[in-house]
Amino acid sequence: MGAMTDRGTAPAADLAARLIQLNSEYARAIDDARFEAWPEMFFEDCLYMLTTADNHAAGMPAGLMYADSRGMLFDRISALREANIYERQRYRHIVGLPAVLSAADGRVRTEASFLVVRIMRDGRMDVFATGRYLDLVEADADGSLRFRERVVVCDSNRFDTLVAIPL
Amino acid sequence: MTAPAGISPEPRVAWPPGMVSGAPYWAYQDEATYRLEQKRVFEGPVWNFVCLEADVGRPGDYRTTFVGEMPVIVVRGDDGEIYAFENRCTHRGALIALDDGGSGAKDFQCVYHAWTYDQKGTLKGIAFEEGSNGQGGMPRDFDKAKNSPRKLYTTTLCGLVFASLSDEVPPIEEYLGEAILGRIERVLKKPVEVIGRFTQALPNNWKLYTENVKDTYHASLLHLFFGTFRITRLTQGGGVLVSEDGGHHASYTIDAPGDANSQEYAKQGIRSESKGYRLRDPSLLDSVDEFGDRIQLQILTVFPGFVLQQIHNCLAVRQILPKGVGQMELNWTYLGFADDTPEMRKRRLKQANLVGPAGFVSMEDGCVGGFVQRGVATAGDEFSVMKMGGDGTQTDTTRATEASVRGFWKAYRNLMGI
Repeated sequence: MGAMTDRGTAPAADLAARLIQLNSEYARAIDDARFEAWPEMFFEDCLYMLTTADNHAAGMPAGLMYADSRGMLFDRISALREANIYERQRYRHIVGLPAVLSAADGRVRTEASFLVVRIMRDGRMDVFATGRYLDLVEADADGSLRFRERVVVCDSNRFDTLVAIPL
Repeated sequence: MTAPAGISPEPRVAWPPGMVSGAPYWAYQDEATYRLEQKRVFEGPVWNFVCLEADVGRPGDYRTTFVGEMPVIVVRGDDGEIYAFENRCTHRGALIALDDGGSGAKDFQCVYHAWTYDQKGTLKGIAFEEGSNGQGGMPRDFDKAKNSPRKLYTTTLCGLVFASLSDEVPPIEEYLGEAILGRIERVLKKPVEVIGRFTQALPNNWKLYTENVKDTYHASLLHLFFGTFRITRLTQGGGVLVSEDGGHHASYTIDAPGDANSQEYAKQGIRSESKGYRLRDPSLLDSVDEFGDRIQLQILTVFPGFVLQQIHNCLAVRQILPKGVGQMELNWTYLGFADDTPEMRKRRLKQANLVGPAGFVSMEDGCVGGFVQRGVATAGDEFSVMKMGGDGTQTDTTRATEASVRGFWKAYRNLMGI
């Protein structure tokens, strides 16, 4: 964690820039359908959860997707690629600027809003989800930022048709 | 339905009396049929699932929901009873309660003109009933109690709350029959706790989803997750129970004897297969036989719109709500038991990946109804084919049958009188 500690003293702007980069890579990986890059952005020991604002506020622990290991994230992608059946579709993520809530001991709590448009094969476009990412980010051994936690809190309780691709 | 002048109503193919091995596609498309369903099915002699007892645990707790498309308030009275009434102010028809639910409600006041209803839904207060300065006000003979919104009968079973508009509906135990009743009691054997709620908007008529849930034939064909990951279904037994009237069902699979604990799934999940795929983290499938009967999977429906699901240790109830001819909503409530250990709770959270709008073995159910709705766009006079396992609606020990789907149509046609 040496690299992170060093950066802890660096200007806040540097951290913000790195978080923006992380979020951009995340959005591009999903939107470009490079799904296999998605689990790589998490630590082996991690939490990814897809839930709603109401559930989150009520302390409800169940998610639409729930993974507590990188392996489970890979399995989500394998299922998406090989098993699950759904109409061809893709997402376009618009991710807001990250707010750094706390940064100490190499652990950064950060939050960013998102908007995802879903584009169906027939050209139909919908605002599929909006919400916020509640993240715990740390640097790995190489100094690259990864997600220790990403809790996706969707603003709406209602999901249209199905959620195949992670948000 | 009145046709515009000069235009004859669209002719509709006749549905041969008693036929349940095929349904005409106009049943998913016809506006008049849809309106009739509200009256004859949802407001008919049926029990509609409205909420959990846990949702209205204390006096004054309430939830808003729907019976068909009718907005309904369900409330726990100060006397401990559960009441349900139409969420419609009898003055000018506005919704009385606007939130999903709440607590401490002694009464309910319409925001429009402040008419007030008690916990039973009886009209108690009218703003300026006596008028103002001796002017205006309501007629002296206006009977408030007689001008209450429609009240529903309620009943509870294993922590579930059902409501009915009809005084002809039998007691819930009799409504379900012994076999289905036993299958509900089997799962909901102790107090539950809600661990998550999600709504899935489906682009299809509500009956397409109801059929899908009852359709034991599609499961291994549409949902490829278990097969793809070479998680062999070790199930030796299984079958489908259909109630006498056809409306309710329970399908189930039984683990192989001697394999009471489904660890075997996890083992197979990590087995290296030259051609197959495998799970990197098979902890998803680490299930335990918490009901002690080796039933790994049970899907149960109560006519017209309730589903109870046990997939391994993943428990949920689903409420099917029509939202127009070609739209519906599915309300998922994920459950645990109040006395879950942390390990069991974690297990439920992981297995929840299998179900819901993003479920490995259920997401396809979200889109397949829409495929039918779109596929039959101009085929209103054609019939579906539901002849797997014959023409009957009887209980069977195979799941390669459409008996429970035919059962749905049997109950539906009876109530609809079509």
